[in-house]
Amino acid sequence: MIRLTVNGRERTYAAGPGDTLLELLRREGFVGVKKGCEAGDCGACTVLLDGRAVNACLVLAVKADGASVVTIEGVADGGQLHPVQEAFLDTGAVQCGYCTPGMVLSAIDLLSRNPSPSEPEIRDAIAGNLCRCTGYVKQVEAIERAAARMRETR
Amino acid sequence: MTRSFSVVGKSERKVDGRGLVTGRPLFVPDVDLADALVVKMLASPHAHARIVSIDTRDAERMPGVRLVMTHENTPATRHTTAGQGFPEPSPYDTRMFDTKVRYVGDRVAAVAAESEEIALRALAAIRVEYEELPAILSIDEARAAGAPRIHDEDDAKGIYDAARNIVADVDIDVGDVETGFAESDLVIETTCETQYAQHTPIETHVVLASLDAEDRLVLRTSTQVPFHVRRIVAQTLEIPIRRIRVVKPRIGGGFGVKQEVLLEDIAGWVALKTRRPALFWLTRPEEFTSSRTRHPMRVRVKLGIRNTGLLHAIEMEAISNTGAYGAHGLTVLANTGSKTLPLYNKAQNAHFFGQALYTNLPVGGAYRGYGATQGYFALETAIDEAAEKLGLDPIEFRLKNAIRAGEGSPIFEKLGEGREGVSQTVRSCELEACLRIGAERIGWTDRRKKRVTSGPWVEGVGMSIMMQGSGIPQIDMAAATLKMNEDGSFNLLMGATDLGTGSDTILAQVAAEVLGVPLEKILVTSSDTDLTPFDVGAYASSTTYVSGMAVQRAAEKVREQIFDVASPLLGESRDRLALRGGSVVGASGGSVTLARVCERAMYESDQFQIAATASCVPSESPPPFLANFARVAVDTETGVVKVLHYVAAVDCGVAINPRLAEGQMEGALVNGIGYAMTEEMQFSSRGRVRNASLFDYKILGARDVPPIEVVLVDSYEPSGPMGAKSVGEIGINGPIPTLANAIYNAVGVRLRRTPFTPERVLEAIRASRGLA
Repeated sequence: MIRLTVNGRERTYAAGPGDTLLELLRREGFVGVKKGCEAGDCGACTVLLDGRAVNACLVLAVKADGASVVTIEGVADGGQLHPVQEAFLDTGAVQCGYCTPGMVLSAIDLLSRNPSPSEPEIRDAIAGNLCRCTGYVKQVEAIERAAARMRETR
Repeated sequence: MTRSFSVVGKSERKVDGRGLVTGRPLFVPDVDLADALVVKMLASPHAHARIVSIDTRDAERMPGVRLVMTHENTPATRHTTAGQGFPEPSPYDTRMFDTKVRYVGDRVAAVAAESEEIALRALAAIRVEYEELPAILSIDEARAAGAPRIHDEDDAKGIYDAARNIVADVDIDVGDVETGFAESDLVIETTCETQYAQHTPIETHVVLASLDAEDRLVLRTSTQVPFHVRRIVAQTLEIPIRRIRVVKPRIGGGFGVKQEVLLEDIAGWVALKTRRPALFWLTRPEEFTSSRTRHPMRVRVKLGIRNTGLLHAIEMEAISNTGAYGAHGLTVLANTGSKTLPLYNKAQNAHFFGQALYTNLPVGGAYRGYGATQGYFALETAIDEAAEKLGLDPIEFRLKNAIRAGEGSPIFEKLGEGREGVSQTVRSCELEACLRIGAERIGWTDRRKKRVTSGPWVEGVGMSIMMQGSGIPQIDMAAATLKMNEDGSFNLLMGATDLGTGSDTILAQVAAEVLGVPLEKILVTSSDTDLTPFDVGAYASSTTYVSGMAVQRAAEKVREQIFDVASPLLGESRDRLALRGGSVVGASGGSVTLARVCERAMYESDQFQIAATASCVPSESPPPFLANFARVAVDTETGVVKVLHYVAAVDCGVAINPRLAEGQMEGALVNGIGYAMTEEMQFSSRGRVRNASLFDYKILGARDVPPIEVVLVDSYEPSGPMGAKSVGEIGINGPIPTLANAIYNAVGVRLRRTPFTPERVLEAIRASRGLA
């Protein structure tokens, strides 16, 4: 058993010795955490672990004992979308949506550290989130827009 | 040219976007799986072998193993996995499990167990005795005299010449090319070769099969072709279509690889036999080794040009490697000619011929571009060479020879979807505007003149043009149903298959436009074979044009019914009514809300459900047109190529949702740049994929992509829904020839083999300098 705070709610979870955080979270119903490669290559399973974007498939669940995890399900505040989510919708940054949860969380991690990222900094932040649909043009635009909006409302 | 629209032409938010950005459980495996068995497949370790025996007893005895499947206990029906219209133009050369394996990764057996761990242990306990056979690992080996025969089964159907490993053969003529070449003043010939590549949707293939309360088989599956899945699974498992329901939830990308019925037969069989839900989800390595690929091709193009600068004869020969099974073998081959040659319709003599050959390598399938991508590499390289020889600007030479609005091409009629095509006249073509805008944005005139160098780096610019189609004329069918609710909203039920493309959104925009309501009044349900009318699915750039027309017609029928009800309410004749702002508006100024109309129809008098279904089988396939421009820098010491700027100006008719149309282009271009520069499946000497991961098979990430500019050029297609043509595929054809031509402009070497890795570029540079 491990203790995890997932999206603000602390609880104990059953974790086998070989379980990855990805497997545990999906099994527990956090299916917004996507599985794309199980090898740390695609970033679809990105979550925030103690505030930093990580590939959940590369984290052993037992190593996350005591940690705080944010998945895509925990990003919106009730019915109120996060500015990054709003910007993804407004710019057309979502196509199939499979990479979207990971991409949104990588962007939120970036903006928490750097409220005014340059375009190269944005591209660096989402470099580990592969998308086959979009060509990244609209995601970069979305993150720029979200950053601007978050700076205004701070 | 511009029309006035209220909802069409606006970059509305995707109708399914909110669920996607909040991580709702929308994809196949996002439902409760607690009771589901896990299915795992035993893949062939050999490129070509006969299965002498399979001993599954140890596996079957393991606790937690519920079913072990081999060729001994499953249906033997020959079918094709290609999800195409019936009768499929692909050979029936596949069975669930065969007595022979034909590539490394081919199915040998499968296990359904209580957990993945148990299933994997059970696979390891299956003992298979193989008799290894000589393998064919290239198209040259396949064509060699005395080559081993890959399909020697006696019950296959539709193979052109199985004894010679020829899946399909195409040969069509217009005029007489030999005379045409003799009459030409300049003849250019070039041969280009493309590699094995994989689609790599970020969601791999996945299906959940279960039985419903009445024991019907429900397949919740990541597919582009739900209705073809239903038909092919019924055929394969030998059960009636009525016993199957296929549900397509949100899909994590497809790009053609999910136009294939790959997993549903096995998962369905498990559910039927065990009466338990069964989840079959390919791992990333399996997606590379055991799903589908782009057909690698060798394409030779020969051009004959008169002194007038007009093309007089074009010949194209394509040899396609279809891998171990013939899925899409014929049609991809035919498209290599049919989607390319009509572009240069000034050539009065044309010849397209070629073959698709079996090899003991992974199986080719549908992949965005569908043969045109391979064909345009050779064609646009040859055109570039010809322009140079003639001393003409490449833009000017292309414009002089390209098809224009009001013109046709005999190729349209001669060559279609693996059979005769359909005669058509191009109604909309803004290629000239695409070229002008693209040239301006890249700075063509200035950059062609000056030579920019910096140390070992040399810059160059290149361009190419292309067309695709909008669906398969006189074959593809789409249908849509609209029904009205008493708040003036409408349910739009469609077989059209949104796999991330945004089709749910743009088709709803079409309905909203006709019905004069905002987009939120259209509630979309797409792709459930029990609920939605038939649609062939998402392929061949068909959805916007074909499904879009079905939606438009259904909406027009509903509009007529609304007018029937509103006419007596307003005291206006039907021809004096219009739909605007959620109301029926009469010419005399009266209006009545749609909610009131529906209330009357549902509850008051002459009651009926306002609803209609309409279908579309298009009689033509209007091509979108694209002009590509790229600026590159080549490091002459290392062979590294940097793409500095890519401009794509496209004529797709009216863009129903401009941002989504741009997104289709941007995604296709980046996939195409990856295909041109980095992506290649590599094989061992025994036919095993050596780079079956997203670490070793390089698709482009956010840091790798160059600045990309997409321009949607103003255009209107008279035959299309709201003036639209399709735009899903065309972009992927651009990067290979564009970058090859830009590299040539920079360093004077022609690259004729993809991808353009530093090794290949450097080798070509050294060879050109006599250093090889």
